[in-house]
Amino acid sequence: MAFASGFCIMTVEMLGARILSPYFGGSLSVWGSIITIFMLALALGYLWGGKLSARKPSAITFAGFFIGAAVFSIPIIVFSDAIMEPIFMALEDPRYGSLFAAIFLFFIPTSILGMISPYAVRLMVQNEAHSGQMAGLLYFISTLGSAAGTLGTSFYFVLWFEVNQILWGAIFTLLLAGLVILAAHYFGKDKSATHAEAVNRA
Amino acid sequence: MRKSVLFVSAISALLSSVLAGVVAAETIHEERSKYRDITVTEVGNRRCLLFNVHRGDRNQTCVLVNDKQRLVFDYTRMSFAGLLLNDRPESILVIGLGGGSIPLTFADLFPDARIDVVEIDEAVVSVAEEFFFFEETENMTVYVDDGRPFIKRAGIRREKYDYIVLDAFSGDYIPEHMLTREFLDEVRNIMRPESVLVANTFSTSRLYDHESVTYQRAFGEFFNFKLPTTGNRIIITQLEPLPPRSQLVEKAQSFAGRLEKYGVPIVEYPSRLSTRVDWDMSRRQLTDQYAPANLLRGN
Repeated sequence: MAFASGFCIMTVEMLGARILSPYFGGSLSVWGSIITIFMLALALGYLWGGKLSARKPSAITFAGFFIGAAVFSIPIIVFSDAIMEPIFMALEDPRYGSLFAAIFLFFIPTSILGMISPYAVRLMVQNEAHSGQMAGLLYFISTLGSAAGTLGTSFYFVLWFEVNQILWGAIFTLLLAGLVILAAHYFGKDKSATHAEAVNRA
Repeated sequence: MRKSVLFVSAISALLSSVLAGVVAAETIHEERSKYRDITVTEVGNRRCLLFNVHRGDRNQTCVLVNDKQRLVFDYTRMSFAGLLLNDRPESILVIGLGGGSIPLTFADLFPDARIDVVEIDEAVVSVAEEFFFFEETENMTVYVDDGRPFIKRAGIRREKYDYIVLDAFSGDYIPEHMLTREFLDEVRNIMRPESVLVANTFSTSRLYDHESVTYQRAFGEFFNFKLPTTGNRIIITQLEPLPPRSQLVEKAQSFAGRLEKYGVPIVEYPSRLSTRVDWDMSRRQLTDQYAPANLLRGN
């Protein structure tokens, strides 16, 4: 699951420049805007995800992150022109134009994706002693996913598919991940599986 | 210890003399800009602008210091073939400055025309001014901007240009958002029926097919302009139907004298303008949704 979230974050980020370039061009500042907004969104996501994990952590909330991120990614496909056009008209400077467009398009889904890692740490940690090890493992897996998402998107996906097809692919991956967590939670209960185990298996 | 130092210095002396023999050019300026490494070299009277030398890129522009008006490269000269379709442009748009030889020639040919130049890299603008005799005038303005938003905005303001040169593609990286159907539709928006578009594009790799299909969908028939001496392919087109060859020949003859000092052999051009389809028409057109131009070029 951590792999899937890392994968989707970077897939969307890599496509970000392509989505913004018809309005704001391909200058360095457009990349700067995208990376800045992704970093800020992830930072806040980590913070909120960590906070949420402190009270009644559950697999249902955890699944909700995936489903929520998927739902809030849909506007990137459906409303991208409607979002970018007024910004393009209002701001002549492509630096701030691309910054605002990146906020409206990517901030919400990315910050939800950012909540996944700290929350997963909480679900998987069973005692203090191996908490660092679990956090390390999660970072390892999710960053590996990010690397795969970056490479796959920039080397192959853009050659095989249209931008929106790739985005739908990421959205369905997130939805599927959410559903698998829910399924594992409900069907795994009979066998007295813990949340952590459910997450592990998924 | 001493021996090894001697050995190393002997090797490096040998290497540098070999390199000097290959390059034989003096580097007079080097700079790392936001987008690329910029190098200016000089051999005799020939001063050249190069991008990303270490990656083996070719010259962007050269000028002859003792004959500044003469255009050194085929593709620069070929950019003026559009005059065969529109010989009295009053407003000219050049996307991509390079050393500035295309806009400078336009300014010289049509002193009263309004010339807008769009260049994404401000360092290129200052290098063109410092080393390639480029300067803005009352009628010629440089905008440091990306070509696509510039053209989109011009379209929204309902501005039109009579002559548009797209020369934004340096050897190493292609701005993919300026090869798409949506971009070409935005270019159409700033053209009058008699305006001419001259696009310096790619003549090799799979990209040739994709690009040709895209231009054909956007403009219908276009002139494909290639010379055996250069790897460049120039697309020349307009919104109204293309003129017959006889008209091109006539225009070329009337222009020959005026273009002579720039070294543009325009009388040779009409027979090189072809409308023959020599690309794979089944290729997919490039769109904002599908534009892996840099990957297609590698294949």
